[in-house]
This record gives sequence, C-alpha cells and structure tokens, in this order.
Amino acid sequence: MQHDIIIIGAGLAGLRAAVEATRLGLDVAVISKVHPVRSHSNAAQGGINAPLTDRGDDWEGHALDTIKGSDYLADQDAVEIMSREAGDAVIELERMGVIFSRGDDGRLGTRRFGGQLVARTFFVGAITGSAILHVLYEQALKHNLNVYEEWFVSDLVIEDGRCVGVVALDIKTGELHTIWSKAVVIASGGAGRVFEPSTNALICTGDGLALAWRAGVPLMDMEMVQYHPTTLARTGILLSEAARGEGAYLLNSEGERFMQTYAPEYLELASRDVVSRSEQTEINEGRGIDGNVLLDLRHLGREFIEDRLGYLQEVAVEFLGIDLAEQPVPVRPGVHYIMGGIKTDVDGATVVPGLYAAGECANVSVHGANRLGANSLLDTVVFGRRAATHAGEFIKSVEHGSGSVEHLEAERTRIQDLLGRPNGEGWATVRNYMAEEMTRGIGVFRDEDSMQGAKRAIAEVEERVPRIAVRDKGKVFNTDLIFTLEMEFMADVAKTIVHSALARKESRGAHFRTDITERDDANWLKHTLAYVDDGQQDGIRVETSDVTITKWEPVQRVY
Amino acid sequence: MQANLKVKRHNPETMNPGDSNWDEFDLDLHPQSTVLDALIHVREEVDPTLALRCACRASICGSCGMRVNGEAKLVCKTRLAEVVSDDGPVVIEPMGNQPVIKDLVVSLDSFFDKVRQVDAYLQPESEPDSGEFIASNDSMVNLLTAMNCIMCGACVSDCTVLEVDSKFIGPAALAKAWRFVEDPRDDVRSERLRELNEQDGGIWDCTRCFKCVEVCPKDVAPMQRIMELREAAIEDGNRNTPGYRHTNSFSKSVRKHGRLDETRLAVESAGLTNVPRLIDLAEIGLRSVMKGKLPPLRPHKAEGHEKIKSLFDGSEGESG
Repeated sequence: MQHDIIIIGAGLAGLRAAVEATRLGLDVAVISKVHPVRSHSNAAQGGINAPLTDRGDDWEGHALDTIKGSDYLADQDAVEIMSREAGDAVIELERMGVIFSRGDDGRLGTRRFGGQLVARTFFVGAITGSAILHVLYEQALKHNLNVYEEWFVSDLVIEDGRCVGVVALDIKTGELHTIWSKAVVIASGGAGRVFEPSTNALICTGDGLALAWRAGVPLMDMEMVQYHPTTLARTGILLSEAARGEGAYLLNSEGERFMQTYAPEYLELASRDVVSRSEQTEINEGRGIDGNVLLDLRHLGREFIEDRLGYLQEVAVEFLGIDLAEQPVPVRPGVHYIMGGIKTDVDGATVVPGLYAAGECANVSVHGANRLGANSLLDTVVFGRRAATHAGEFIKSVEHGSGSVEHLEAERTRIQDLLGRPNGEGWATVRNYMAEEMTRGIGVFRDEDSMQGAKRAIAEVEERVPRIAVRDKGKVFNTDLIFTLEMEFMADVAKTIVHSALARKESRGAHFRTDITERDDANWLKHTLAYVDDGQQDGIRVETSDVTITKWEPVQRVY
Repeated sequence: MQANLKVKRHNPETMNPGDSNWDEFDLDLHPQSTVLDALIHVREEVDPTLALRCACRASICGSCGMRVNGEAKLVCKTRLAEVVSDDGPVVIEPMGNQPVIKDLVVSLDSFFDKVRQVDAYLQPESEPDSGEFIASNDSMVNLLTAMNCIMCGACVSDCTVLEVDSKFIGPAALAKAWRFVEDPRDDVRSERLRELNEQDGGIWDCTRCFKCVEVCPKDVAPMQRIMELREAAIEDGNRNTPGYRHTNSFSKSVRKHGRLDETRLAVESAGLTNVPRLIDLAEIGLRSVMKGKLPPLRPHKAEGHEKIKSLFDGSEGESG
C-alpha cells in the first residue's frame, strides 16, 4: 500500500487537509480509527470565528483578541495568518454546503463568543462542529476520497530521519500493514482522556501527540490544558459557550452574577481560563452548590433557546432532566482542550522532514496559554489546508521509503508480546488512576506540590503500563488491544504535560500556580518544548524557546 | 441502581455467521447511568472482550446505535432507568438490517454506500463572485431537521422495508437526499428528484410504517422527508411512475366511490401499457378468483360518498 500523502485522523483538520490534497491531484489516503463522521470535531457546538472584512470587521481585531486570550503566549506571526485567512475559510465552508445561520439580509449571521467584544462567530444552532464535519465528509464523497476506516496507526515509519509512512492495524481484521507515503499529516485531535472527567470523547487519547513525540518532535506548551467553564458534573458533558454568547448568566449560591467581580467589562464572556478560575474561586470559597455554579438561561425564553441552542436543551433534558427554560443548570470547570501540541511551523511542518501536523494535536501556536472559544474550528480548517498544501510541495522532491518489512515485523513482535502477557491488571484500571491523578495535580489551580504529586503518579503509571494484560486474544475488533495501545500513548502525553507544567515557573493563561501567581514576561515569555531524552532519569527533557512577537507588546490582561 | 443486562454476543472467530449466544450481567450503577455507561462498565470491569462502538457519550457522534429491548436506540442518551423493568433483563442486541461484525458492532458499509448513491454533496451551477450564497435564514433552518442526522443507523436498523428489500435506499440516505433537494443553493434539484423517483428502491418504496420516525434519536423524521420528496417529485413533473399512478388512482377511487377500487388500483398503478406487470396481475387475479377472493370489478359506492367528495373538493380548495 502506497500513497503520496497519508493523513491520520478524519476530523475537521484531517478532512480539510484531505480535500486540499485531492484538489492538488495527489493520491491521498486518510487513516482513522473511527468512521469520519464519528470524529470528535462533532462535539464543537458554538461556532467558528472569522473577521469578515466585507462587513466592517478587521483581522487585526480578531488577532489581538486571540493574542490577549492566549495571555501573549501565541506566536503572533501564526495568529496573523489565521486571522487573515479566516474569512475565506468560512466562506469556503459555506459554499461547500454548511447551513450557517443567517441574518434578515440572507447573509451569514453571527453571535458573540468569549474574549471578544465583537460578534464574529458564525454558527449552525449549537451543532456547528457536527454540521461542518458532515459537509466535509460530503466533500470527501464528492472527491472519492480514499479512507482507511477503523484503522489504528500504531507507529510512524521513519527512515534516515524522514517520515515515509505508518504501520497501522486494521481493527476489523486485526492485521497489521505498512502504508508508505512521501508525507504524513497528523490530524488526530486532542487528549482529553488523559484527565477525568473531561468533555472529550473516549477516542481523544492523544495518539498523534505520542507518535510525533516518539519520533523526536518536541511537544510545545503541553502544560496549557483548557478547563471549559460550563461542563456537567459527573459526566463532564459540555454545554457550549454559545449559551453565554447568547446572554446566559453565571450565578453563585447567593444568586449573584459573580463575574461582575472578576471581569466587569466582559462578564460571563471573559476568556475561558478567567471564567473557570472565577467559578472555582466561588466554589472554593463556599459559594458553590455541590461543587458547581449555576448557568441560567431562563430569561432568554423557551422559543429562543429551542431555536438557537436546541442541542443544549437536548443535552440538559436528556442527561440531567433539566429544562433550560425553567431551571438553571449546575455546571463547573472541566477539561476540554489542549492548547499544547506537536510543534509545527505555520505550514504545519515539524522538525522531522515529511511529518506534518494540524488541528488540536498541533501547536502552531495560535492559542498560546488559552484558546478563545470558536477559534479551534478556525484553526483546523486554516492550518489543515496549509499543511496539505505544503506537504504537497514537499513530496515533489522526495522518493518513497525503502519498502522494507522491518518496521512491520518489529511492530508485529511488539503487539504479539503484548497479547502474550500473563494475567495482570487491565488498561482501564491504569487509565482511571492516571486520569484522576492528572485532574488532581494539573487543575484549574495548581502548585508545586500538586504537580509533583502528578509527576509521581505518572512515574508509577509508566511502571504499570508494560504489565497491562490484554485479555481479549482475538483478532477481529479487539478493542481491549486498541485501548491498551492508546493507554501507552496517553502515558507519554501525561508525562509531557506534567514535566512541562513543572518547568514553567510563572502563572500564564490556563497554567495558574497558586504558589507563583504572577505572569513573568521577563523570564517566561517562552514556550516549553518537551523532548524524548533517554539520557534523563524520566526519559524527558524540557527546553524553552522565545515567543514570536510582531506588533502587539504584552500588556496586563484585563477583561 | 440495580440492573440486569442480557447482551447478545457474536464472535466471528469461533462462530458461524448468524450464530450468537447471550451473556447476562448483574450491575449496580449510579441512578443516572445510561445504557452506554452500563456497557462501558461491563467492558472495563467485567468482560474486556465485549465489542461495541462509542465515542462522544453526548448523542452527537452517532457511534452507539444498538437495539435495546427490541428497538434501535442511541444508548448514550438512553437512561437505564427508562428501560429496566421487573419483568426481565434489559436486552441489548446489535442493530438490525446490517451484518454483525462482532457482538454489538455491525458493518455500516451498505449504510454509507446508500448515502453515496444519492450524490450527497451540494451541486451549485456556479458560485457567487464574492462572499457567501445569499439565502433566507428560514430556508437554512428548514434544513436543520435533516442536518441533525448523525448517521447512527437506528432508522435503517428498524426499517421494515429494508428487512425484505435490501435495494431500498432507506430512511437515512433519503433524508440526506431531501437535504439537498430543499437546499436553495443546489442547482440539480430536478435531476435529483427524477432519479429518486425512477430509481429501484427510491422514494416510492417506503411503506409509511413510521418506524424510522419513532426510533430516530435526533428527530429527523426520515419518513416525513420521504413524503416531502414524493410531493416534490410529482410537482416537478415526475408522473410516469407506479408511485404517482398509485397515489392518483387511490385518490380518484376514494373520491368517486368513497372506497377503494382495488382492482382498478392495481391495474392503474402498473400502467396500462406495462404489459409484463399486467400479465403478473392477471395471474394474481386468476389465483384470487380460484380462491374466491377477487374484489368486485365495479365497486359499490360507499354510504355518504357525496360527503367524501365534498371533503376532497374542500381540501383542494384550501391547498389551491
């Protein structure tokens, strides 16, 4: 099996990259462990940001909001590209068939989102991600895109320092294959399952992050984990920021709109890190309700809620038995997104020739220390397209890999060993332990002690992972095996998060240390870069690099 | 809460296709648990060989369609409390009308082949010089019904037509087709309607059993979309089909006689020039005669048929 370009992942970034590669006339294949329409891009609810210049908005406004939202950790050259290309990207999605909400003039309508005073978020009810994903899938059908559905990539093939393909397991048959390509784009999404609870799907296990890391690519700013302000207790299910964008209030147990204290101008629509910290402070100081605050939509009225926020109502009714028009809903901060990721340049390229990344697994960096709501979808389509374009250029000057069976045999042996292990604990026991310890140690608030606790837990996890027993010995749809391989990926990702967090000796964006509460631009206007390093005791080395500042000098961040 | 789960198992490596056995699991779970929570609990704590698909846990990815107590459901949004009973265990089976791969995992290949069959992508003749297509918000909101479809396969699982005719395009793909037919930005509406009208397994093969409307977890109401496609196809001039002739003959007969003229309906639906079909019908007619079951060739008028006629006139006046 051989293609010009392989794309790992079939969410928004992966499909957008694939559509672009197809348009360039390349032989492209998408490999995804789930069918494309099951990808987690589905879960994005609220919308996609774009400053549309033909209706009075300007890209610089969006760029500044994004940079301020990032607590000045985003690379400003990358943000500039995203903001400039946003308008075309959204218009293109509309032309492909996305049924965006419209105004009375028949043109695209907007709603407000967090960290921005301008309404520039384009949306489809509260199912924006799903609506875009399904349209990109339609485009994939139109272009007869080659998709390896339910194939799990277990390793990258690196020859002479260059990425020349992947080894992947066909989940339906249990057979391993090498698939060769001149370039690989990782678009495999986030890693929320490293924590518990999280808003993320069970498939968000950081596979691509670990694959790149093992291949020697640094993971950048991994300590930057976003806690979304409005998630449901116990399950972690997300209630979109669109609720607050459309005017919902956050209330404490006294019935006060407490955001008036923390963010007098932006109120509930301050950036997510700020709102999550405010909620957690209310809860910690005794003004919560069973560890929650309340999200109140009642004043918006039933008709408005059902028209503009229908999916939220569905979730509240189905999962909590709460009618949003009648009753406020208890919410709390929950793990939602990882700003950190595979370090790439603005064209998606990593330090390994032939290896690209885009979307949540990548870090360009446009989100820095805190991502603005509705910027993630934008990131996927802008940088998914760019990664495909540049991978398309790259492959013109290289040949295919060796065709050797060596990689396949090594991987086959590794998996046989795994299946042959005697009885031991299952992957779930280790995963649940790791995830709870990560949430405890790397929370909305963290300090040296909590992070050291997480570090010890992850060291323990690393010892337990090689002893996990796969109890299903079958070949067909052996999810016990797949989840064990995912567990190995998650352990790597967790380690990079913990060590990067310990390295950053300041508070910035989502990384808020109660023992060092100030931002330190003099020493820490820097990215953290986590590398595999077998010479170190924990097998990891964290370096730093400067943030790219173009025209927006860091100032104090006030909402 | 206590729950007893009875799960249908199929291991393709040790069983013949179609064979299965049942496993029961006694569980003690949080009172708000969903059926999916229960299955995940089984997979993580009791039997790691249990195969099922699931991802988002929030009714948006469409992975976890399966049958619960005989009806297709999205198990992440089905609370255990709604399906447990004192009469017996909660019975979990794979979805119907689709081949089982392992346990609760079915192949959706034919599902997606049928989505492909309806050319499920927007086909505008040209694009605006700049900016987006201009369209009313109402026209876009209208499409939301179908765009809410998450392709879980529940409607296909329980479709009574697919059970006997695998060629039927089916509720999900037809709802998807409707989405493009109704999209003001699409420029091949007539071609789409003509094909859906003429194609084997197209819009006229639905028997209006309502099953897809009942089981759809996202209120897409596929059958309703199919009925709208029929009306749109007729309005667009597609009248030379058994489907249209059947509809027409049906209403003519009821209007005239106040009851159905079954013989005429059969003949008119086939079409007076459709010789092979008429020969088929003659055979059926002959067999009916032999068994004394042939409906009267000239139906008696029903009592109060004048009133029925006036109802027809009235409703046509309204819609006209």
